[in-house]
Amino acid sequence: MPTTGFFTDATLCIGCKACEVACKEWNDVPHDGFVWRPRASYDHTGELGHSTWRHVKFVERDRDGLPSWDFSSDVCKHCEHAGCLEACPTGSIVRTEFGGVFVQPDICNGCGYCVVSCPFGVIDRRPDDGRAFKCTFCYDRQKAGLKPACATACPTDSIQFGDLDELRARADARVVQLAARGVTDASIYDPRASSVGGTHAIFLVRGDVRDYNLPLNPEMPTVRLGEAWRSALVAAVAIAVVAFASFAWMP
Amino acid sequence: MTAAATTTGYRDRPLLKAPVWTWEIPVYFFIGGIAGVCAVIAAAARAGGADATLIRDARLIAFLGAALSPLLLISDLGRPRRFLYMLRVFKRQSAMSVGVWTLVAFSGAVTASLALHLAGIIGPLSWVADAVGAVMGAVLATYTGVLLGVTAIPAWAHHVRVLPIHFGASSLGAAASLLELAGHRGPALNAIAIAAALAETVVMWQFDFRGDAAARKMFTGSGGRLARAGNICTGVAPVLLRVVAGWVPAARTVAAVITLGGSILTRFGWIAIGRTSARS
Repeated sequence: MPTTGFFTDATLCIGCKACEVACKEWNDVPHDGFVWRPRASYDHTGELGHSTWRHVKFVERDRDGLPSWDFSSDVCKHCEHAGCLEACPTGSIVRTEFGGVFVQPDICNGCGYCVVSCPFGVIDRRPDDGRAFKCTFCYDRQKAGLKPACATACPTDSIQFGDLDELRARADARVVQLAARGVTDASIYDPRASSVGGTHAIFLVRGDVRDYNLPLNPEMPTVRLGEAWRSALVAAVAIAVVAFASFAWMP
Repeated sequence: MTAAATTTGYRDRPLLKAPVWTWEIPVYFFIGGIAGVCAVIAAAARAGGADATLIRDARLIAFLGAALSPLLLISDLGRPRRFLYMLRVFKRQSAMSVGVWTLVAFSGAVTASLALHLAGIIGPLSWVADAVGAVMGAVLATYTGVLLGVTAIPAWAHHVRVLPIHFGASSLGAAASLLELAGHRGPALNAIAIAAALAETVVMWQFDFRGDAAARKMFTGSGGRLARAGNICTGVAPVLLRVVAGWVPAARTVAAVITLGGSILTRFGWIAIGRTSARS
């Protein structure tokens, strides 16, 4: 099976939120509050969460003295090395044959460890349900040979779906094409140099990636396992030494 | 383009999700830690030929803690009836999976140890139960620091090395204090409690709340204040009180009480620090 990916191009997004709606409808995702956010620049969705698997960000800018909008549809990054997947103690979170990260809803017991292990703040526990949820990469549709709902609904091809390597090449070519047209601040977000090892959902954004809440250097938490367990070992041995020495000398 | 130079982040929206854990988790850290160290103390006391009632009480506390811990953990699950799914797999890269299996092994060992004690069996089987209980107990008291440190929460991740030592020392002091309050006033428990309090005093200086603005904010929030107050109660305060106890014996009781209180405060504090850290 080829590894599939998303390539979300902010320069093509018109902020229509068809992806958000299509995702909710196909995946039967409940609402997570109808909150009218003042001064949110029409972004009333807020952020990704247990019941928001696509989220169109409205980044406002001042370009050459003119107000300008950059839209970018955010989604689970489906990390090459996924913190949530590593943390999951039940084996509910798995890697699919398409390379996506999938939470098996019939296994998740809602321990919440994935929530604190995602460097992108994507997965969350749904309070009334008790289980953790996030983008499934439309695993069911992919199995049936269909594109994910969001990519299917996107009217401008801002969300492209396909073979990951092909998308990466297309993304690089798009940056070159945009530069030739005078858009010189576009870059690809795909943190392959970080411990996350790259993402299966890659993004073309303009300007500083941090304006899109994309971390410059996301870290997969388990890179710290070695030093953490070494420290625990030191502490455990120290506890034993103190206890045994105390009783050996002063029973 | 100028906006990019002056702002970072998106509409003051936090990047990370806050921990969803409720009160059961810090209470579990506290109780599981005490139980774990009590199993170590039971084995050490037995090896050192200490008073039989102390060994019995240490085993009893280890057993009660082992019995209570899963109830707390199950109650915190979003789907409590699926708690056995924790035992579908063993994943060494998941601190929670390792912790759950450690708790299972610990519970088996301390239950066997107490049962053999009550049955009056003191043979090699009892020694094996005590030894397994002590090893698993030492892990149980310290792995919780790994559990928090190996996450994406900046404040926890930043203290990944010190948290296992902090939770271990806090558990050591709390376990010795609880046994003291149960009426055991030998010098060994006092020595253990002093060692733990000294370690906690050193640990407090390892917390990086003098760093950048974000770090300061993290420690000046309610969670930070809780953690620091708790740390004083498990560290410098009992050190001083146990010195005073040389002249005023009641000071030892006070030291034991505040160590127990401080130990639970720091666990609540660190969970709260994680919440602040994720959402700022």
